[in-house]
Amino acid sequence: MDPQGDAIIRVEGLSAGFDDGLLLQDVSFQVRRGEVFVILGGSGCGKSTLLKHLIGLYPPAAGTILIDGEDIVTAQGVQRLALLRKFGVMYQSGALFGSMTLLENVTLPLESYTDLPPEARELVARTKLALVGLEGFGRHMPAELSGGMQKRAAIARAMVLDPAILFLDEPSAGLDPITSAELDQLILSLARNLGITFVVVTHELPSIYAIADRVIMLDKTARGIIAEGRPEMLRDHSDNPWVRRFFNREAVSS
Amino acid sequence: MTPARLTERREEGGTVLSLGGRLDAYSIAAVWAEARQALVRNATQPITVDAGEVDYCDGAGVALLLDLLRQPRPAGAAVSVRNLAEPYRHLLEPFDPAAFAASARQEAARPSTVERVGRMAADLGRDLWEQVAFVGEGAAAIGAALRHPRRVRWKDALAVAQEAGANALPIVALIAFLMGVILAFQSAVAMRQFGAEIFVANLVGLSLLRELGPLMTAILLAGRSAAAFAAEIGTMKVNEEIDALVTMGLDPVRFLVVTRVLAGLVVAPLLTVFANVIGLVGGGLVMRSFDIPWVTYYRQLTTAADWEDLTGGLIKACVFGVLVAGIGCLRGLQTRTGAAAVGVSTTRAVVSAIVLIVITDGVFAVMFYYLDF
Ligand SMILES: Nc1ncnc2c1ncn2[C@@H]1O[C@H](COP(=O)(O)OP(=O)(O)OP(=O)(O)O)[C@@H](O)[C@H]1O
Ligand SMILES: [Mg+2]
Repeated sequence: MDPQGDAIIRVEGLSAGFDDGLLLQDVSFQVRRGEVFVILGGSGCGKSTLLKHLIGLYPPAAGTILIDGEDIVTAQGVQRLALLRKFGVMYQSGALFGSMTLLENVTLPLESYTDLPPEARELVARTKLALVGLEGFGRHMPAELSGGMQKRAAIARAMVLDPAILFLDEPSAGLDPITSAELDQLILSLARNLGITFVVVTHELPSIYAIADRVIMLDKTARGIIAEGRPEMLRDHSDNPWVRRFFNREAVSS
Repeated sequence: MTPARLTERREEGGTVLSLGGRLDAYSIAAVWAEARQALVRNATQPITVDAGEVDYCDGAGVALLLDLLRQPRPAGAAVSVRNLAEPYRHLLEPFDPAAFAASARQEAARPSTVERVGRMAADLGRDLWEQVAFVGEGAAAIGAALRHPRRVRWKDALAVAQEAGANALPIVALIAFLMGVILAFQSAVAMRQFGAEIFVANLVGLSLLRELGPLMTAILLAGRSAAAFAAEIGTMKVNEEIDALVTMGLDPVRFLVVTRVLAGLVVAPLLTVFANVIGLVGGGLVMRSFDIPWVTYYRQLTTAADWEDLTGGLIKACVFGVLVAGIGCLRGLQTRTGAAAVGVSTTRAVVSAIVLIVITDGVFAVMFYYLDF
């Protein structure tokens, strides 16, 4: 199989930024179907911004973003809705709807996009909550949960329709090591068994080694990708000392 | 890919339900209902779900299988799944059907009427108590601020005063002008039948200075600023910013409430003066169209209304300003958690402010009557 030919996300010449200047300039990369793709980089280098461009929330300054062969930037109306249904997103802050219970949060996509009967919707939602270790919390309001629990609930909501692509922005930040490892298992299981593609922003080194098929590393001053490949490769063989330090968890001054 | 399908057939061991096609959330609804019915029809026989022809089975498909497995069945009529392809079996494995037994709906029983009445009474009592406590705290903080004026964050107070006061001028002008015109016009039409148009000035002057000027300004202040205070402080509460203030040793009442209440105290009378002037001008314009010149209107105004009427209105405006700002802050500080709570607080702030304005206005009316003011 030609790996280039099976790209589910294709980013070409993307430039992105805000009014006060470009954060990313002429960035190109591809995500293959069924792989776990990790975006790395220092805080504030534009990872979340890149993610929001990939899901079509922000229009890019230049370049194209193709999801499953279709341009998310120019897609309109029905076409755009169909495109949106191909992926689920977990935002860095969770973004659960505060006025709904967890179960209502998770069933909302099912309610709007499928004609499943209520009982079936509830069961699907409960299995998803169980997958992230939140069985029994369905009737709680998001505000009644800890930060990590809200994160996990947000993951459950993102994957309730089992979309082809899942975007996760720092899913394991704020989780204890055990829960974080369980989350890694869940991601791997979904990727291997259902062929779901994952685009994950994370800083957790153990998690990166456990799940990542490929990583890209962004840098603020380079305004783009400074390294790309398997994490073990980058750790041992990268010609950029900063990248090696990142993977070996060394301070820059040392 | 083929959509989900279900066929039912008999084998010697019982009934076999053959599932096939693509089992995902979009295509599974019809099959789901059919399968449940098949289970009911064959309530006393063992049922085997044959998933051999399934092309794709995601979380929704797994939930369907789980739903069939979790149904309570008599002994000897169990449901089993066979031929589920390897990857999908991994998805089904983590779940124990017994844990999802259909009795999910008993969580959180509805409270009884007595309990709800009790809760409401308790809420009301707590709200009252909080208001009393807040008035005390606020008064103490303002007292402290007046004793040590250097500790007040005047820059914040000034910014609030600008937003609540200066930026409110256009809308206050609009409403005041309208009020003056309407009052003058409606009464002039009636009075002209007696040839007494000139007394319209008495009516417009007295009602604007004593009642409508302060009242209208206060209600606008409630709609604009009490709501803004409640929303801003409520959002701070939701984001744990209030907690951050407390742990830094900064009293939220001192830090947030005093500046706003002081701003309200200053801004409300100023806006009222402005509203009075605009309203009187509006009345005067109407009088002009009834052939009463400005000078006559002005003379009549000065004989009808005196400084006491004006100061009485301004004293009221000061009290309204403090109340409106204070209640906005209180509702903000009472915000519970979540985005919806901010909306609730904002609504409560405006409603409480208007109720307070009306009650206070009544109290003032009685007071002024007995004081012969
Ligand atoms: N809505 C916005 N308007 C203007 N600038 C923004 C906006 N959102 C982010 N930025 C800026 O863009 C830069 C990158 O932000 P981004 O949230 O993408 O960082 P990040 O790489 O996700 O960091 P972290 O690891 O801390 O989450 C920051 O410098 C930030 O100030
Ligand atoms: Mg981020």
